[in-house]
Amino acid sequence: MSSLVPIAYLASAVLFIVGLKMLSSAKTAARGNALAASGMAVAIVTTLLRQGIMSWELVLAGVVLGSAIGAFAALRVQMTSMPEMVALLNGSGGVASALVAGAELLGYADRAQEPTGVVSTAIVLSTLIGGITLTGSLIAFLKLSERMPGQPITYPGQQVVNALIGIGVLVLCFLVATAPLELGPFWILVGVALLLGVLLVIPIGGADMPVVISLLNSYSGLAACATGFVLNNVGLVISGSLVGASGIILTKIMCDAMNRSLMNVLFGAFGAVQEGGGAGAGGEQGTVRGYTADDAAVIFSNARSCIIVPGYGMAVAQAQHAVRELADLLEQKGITTRFAIHPVAGRMPGHMNVLLAEADVPYEKLVEMDHINSEFPETDVALVLGANDVVNPSARSDKGSPIYGMPILDVDRAQHVFVVKRSMNPGFAGVQNPLFFNENTMMIFGDAKGTVLALVDAVREY
Amino acid sequence: MLSDPAVALTVLVLSLFVGIEIIAKVPPLLHTPLMSGSNAISGITIVGALIAVTAENPTISTAFGFAAVVFAMINVVGGFLVTNRMLAMFRPKRDDK
Repeated sequence: MSSLVPIAYLASAVLFIVGLKMLSSAKTAARGNALAASGMAVAIVTTLLRQGIMSWELVLAGVVLGSAIGAFAALRVQMTSMPEMVALLNGSGGVASALVAGAELLGYADRAQEPTGVVSTAIVLSTLIGGITLTGSLIAFLKLSERMPGQPITYPGQQVVNALIGIGVLVLCFLVATAPLELGPFWILVGVALLLGVLLVIPIGGADMPVVISLLNSYSGLAACATGFVLNNVGLVISGSLVGASGIILTKIMCDAMNRSLMNVLFGAFGAVQEGGGAGAGGEQGTVRGYTADDAAVIFSNARSCIIVPGYGMAVAQAQHAVRELADLLEQKGITTRFAIHPVAGRMPGHMNVLLAEADVPYEKLVEMDHINSEFPETDVALVLGANDVVNPSARSDKGSPIYGMPILDVDRAQHVFVVKRSMNPGFAGVQNPLFFNENTMMIFGDAKGTVLALVDAVREY
Repeated sequence: MLSDPAVALTVLVLSLFVGIEIIAKVPPLLHTPLMSGSNAISGITIVGALIAVTAENPTISTAFGFAAVVFAMINVVGGFLVTNRMLAMFRPKRDDK
């Protein structure tokens, strides 16, 4: 029996890998997820059988309670709130790993048995990473749900404070790893890890949260991986590192999409990067042309192709369904309509795709930036809905712009550009957008949902 | 289960590479479900939690284990369910209905 246990854990790891692999196509993704879930079931059942459980009540209570909370949240959450949900899930994964490591350490202390150096090091890492993941995710959650201001929170001497804490953490890690049965330093480490999670995330702005969630996603995996070393369980090591790798890749994709280094995202607010914001806002920009939905309908009547560029503003206005209606109508009128999705559209990687899929937009219509950019010059109408920085041409040309170098959707190269926007306020990055002043740009002021519905009526009647 | 930490380290490094290879192929279309799904997988720490909660003499470490079971199950059940909910919405072009 006991030799079957590692085989069972291996089987669950294989199911995770195959499941993740099936996520590479929308056709197989749902089955892949089910496969990964079955891998988890294998791991759980194996553990329960092998343990010869002492306290069934406690196990059952914990499993039922956790499952109920998880299921409730998963079934109730709005798709717009998915980033918050994932932040909280990251946090619970991280803290679970840290708690397991803590329980192990306390068990060793109870038996007055010295763990090996590898085990105590792994306990330190799991506690540290798990603790940071917990509070970091909570802060990310608060920022994403706007229960906390999205602006970076900075204070004088922040770097010095963080550096001192950093040194303190290293010392503590060393103390705990070398003398694990002295529990004093361990408890301090727990406290410092929790504090560090807060301090690392508060200086990061709301717009950078996609990077933070991806990174915390990676941490939750690495914490599980460290716990694998604590328990000497290869299943945990494999699964944890898969998740760690996934988070690292997503973090990199997000950073690339904003043309920023990870260091800049994490520590940028400490420097003087903020100053760029005011520069572009004041100068002469030329005139803005304000139009109505009826004007747009005239242009649409001569168009054969349209690319819709949704931004988070569309999601905030809950305009996804109205947008899908407009897209369907345009298709009926013989206008090829697709959606251009910037990698950082929305508040987490891939968020915009989920929002549009929820509104029943078929996924073939959702085209990623690299594939659609070359098509803007042959496109009659680009319709920008609640997106701003990701369509700002100064990212291409203006070396002085704070967003210079960021990959953007080249909407300004389309024949006509409609920009639906509430007002002329600059976007999240506080950068003025020359697109709004272009000859071929028509601004339609209003909230995304109302304007799109007006467009639907105008196009239908024209 | 395995005595040599070097073996676990080898496994770690190899699985990181496997992870990077597989996940780099996931299209941006599915990045959100990828994140919630892989997040659910990090709930594998439930294995450790179940071991911890069943430690022989009930101490504070049992309490830690219990809390770990709860959090890990939130992670596992919440993660897989919400991923499933999202993936159910991704459908190809409606040509038949």
